[in-house]
Amino acid sequence: MDHPVVPVKTYLTIFGALMVLTALTVWVAFIDFGHGLLNDTVAMSIAVLKALLVLVIFMHLKYSAKILWLIAGSSVIWMIIMIGLTLTDYRSREWIESQAHRAIPWASNPPIEQPAPVADDGHH
Amino acid sequence: MSSAPDTSASAKPKNYLNEKITVSSWLLTLDHKRIAILYLVSLLAFFLIGGLAALVFRLELMTPEADVLRSETYNKFFTTHGIVMIFFFLIPSIPAVLGNFLVPVMIGARDFAFPKINLASWYVFMFGGVLALVATIAGGVETGWTFYTPYSTMYANSNVILAVCGAFIAGFSSIMTGLNFIVTIHKMRAPGLTWFRLPLFIWAMYATALVILLGTPVVAITLVMIFVERAFGFGIFDPSLGGDPVLFQHLFWFYSHPAVYIMILPAMGVVSELISCFSKRRLYGYRVIVFSSLAIAVIGFFVWGHHMFVSSQSTFAGLTFSFLTFFVAVPTALKMLNWIMTLHKGSVSLASPMLYAFGFLGLFVIGGLTGLFLSTLATDIHLHDTYFVVAHFHYVMVGGGVMGFLGGLHFWWPKITGRTYPEGIAIFAAIVIFIGFNLTFFPQFQLGVHGMPRRYHVYPEEFQVLHIASSTGAMVLGFGYLIMAAYLLWSLKFGKIAGKNPWNARGLEWETDSPPPTHNFHETPVVRHPVYAYEYASETSNEPDVQSEKGHV
Repeated sequence: MDHPVVPVKTYLTIFGALMVLTALTVWVAFIDFGHGLLNDTVAMSIAVLKALLVLVIFMHLKYSAKILWLIAGSSVIWMIIMIGLTLTDYRSREWIESQAHRAIPWASNPPIEQPAPVADDGHH
Repeated sequence: MSSAPDTSASAKPKNYLNEKITVSSWLLTLDHKRIAILYLVSLLAFFLIGGLAALVFRLELMTPEADVLRSETYNKFFTTHGIVMIFFFLIPSIPAVLGNFLVPVMIGARDFAFPKINLASWYVFMFGGVLALVATIAGGVETGWTFYTPYSTMYANSNVILAVCGAFIAGFSSIMTGLNFIVTIHKMRAPGLTWFRLPLFIWAMYATALVILLGTPVVAITLVMIFVERAFGFGIFDPSLGGDPVLFQHLFWFYSHPAVYIMILPAMGVVSELISCFSKRRLYGYRVIVFSSLAIAVIGFFVWGHHMFVSSQSTFAGLTFSFLTFFVAVPTALKMLNWIMTLHKGSVSLASPMLYAFGFLGLFVIGGLTGLFLSTLATDIHLHDTYFVVAHFHYVMVGGGVMGFLGGLHFWWPKITGRTYPEGIAIFAAIVIFIGFNLTFFPQFQLGVHGMPRRYHVYPEEFQVLHIASSTGAMVLGFGYLIMAAYLLWSLKFGKIAGKNPWNARGLEWETDSPPPTHNFHETPVVRHPVYAYEYASETSNEPDVQSEKGHV
């Protein structure tokens, strides 16, 4: 395995970019985009950009074989599976209980406060 | 260059066992074979602890009243059994012992890509294991091995944090092992050993390593979340702080369902090797088995919600997960078909490892098919959290995982130790274990269907007969394990010298000495035949070659 020599200047530039993006995250958190989902999207986009910078430059993905791109990519896909299938639960919980909210099920409050029969571990 | 004398022990060749025999040479070894032995000894110790815990609560369950254990103590015993058996025996069993020993030998390498990480994995594992044991001894944990919230975060008054830390740390050991497997299999195969010449055990290890690397970080973070909620009051799973207890189950089962495949894929790999060797045939549908291993590794990540059908998960998510769960059965059934087709027209011999392989086939089919009952939404409402579930996952994990482990241990025992065990007693022990296992767990299907919930130790009197049958079976099973331990230990000193290839098997591990030299091979082997080439005579076999069906490639 040969490790490339990356100039310190590159690292410092990326570090600076990460700091600027962090400041940006804080700044946009105080702006109301009118819809909760929009705020989340902006915050997540900045976070993804930061993660990419770390992966590609700091973790040397840029200088690595394609198979490492595949491995890094698969972990992203796995995270999408995890979050996506978990959301099939959270986003569809109230479909049966309140037909009234069918128009935009995700526009109402997150349905996590239901009095649900939790902890089915057999001895409560 | 030493040649291997097969009959006389007078001129002892240097091997990995006798090269150095100091304590520090074992504890600081970078040799994958010695690390495998370290794992073997420690895992058997954990297996003993987990097994004894089970015997105690099976004793309690012989009567409908509570007479040996109080309720909370009973909970602590089954939790200890679960945590120890799952995190500290089943998950590492085949990968850390047989995988550690065999992966480099089977691919013709001198060691793993990262020998120091390999040794570190054992120390990390032992640290996690000791923490979990301390949690048990210093008062115990009563949450069950699943650590479900909010019980584990808000109500349990026990050493939850310590046990959780133990499981968390052991996860890192899995990750180190998995990483080593993937890099080594990619980079260090012998000349001529192409991907589709790899033994199926190696493919199984590869698929397992993928599951470990993709899944373990999730459970690690989930356990950290329990820790920060319990210790610092962060609101993650507690509804009064804006959290959601069911979120824990999502995150937990995202890893812990694939963890079942960490236990079963390696066992499938072992069974592939056993069936091929003791049928003296190339495996039918080699590539199908390869791709079904990878398919199980991937599909295994899409099904976790079937653990949550009755825990306030949305019905629509339940439908989705139920539907997806049925897909896992497809690659598994393909493997079954291929194994049975391999037996067909093979020259099958009923050696003791093969008995474990047959045990695996029968028991795993029962375990798998009862899984279909549970993945069907409507029947799961009735069967959820009953003994039916307990029986189902023991058929999968013990009937599948442990049978595979024992089959592999017997098959490669001559390679690991250089000596053979007494075959007659081994066959007897295999039969005792098979009978004991079924006597323990088959009645539990009945109990579950009739409504006996799991994790209760006081029950209506009509269940007592089946409970007594189950407890008797547990003792028979334990007796079978004891016989096995006795003759394996005996064979270490008194067993016959095995020679390079006592089973007349194919594969690189059978071409080197038994036990192998420290660097596995005297010369780097070159692979010239396809895998499982039973149509070619072996150069190392002790027996005359029975199979000479040329032109059947």
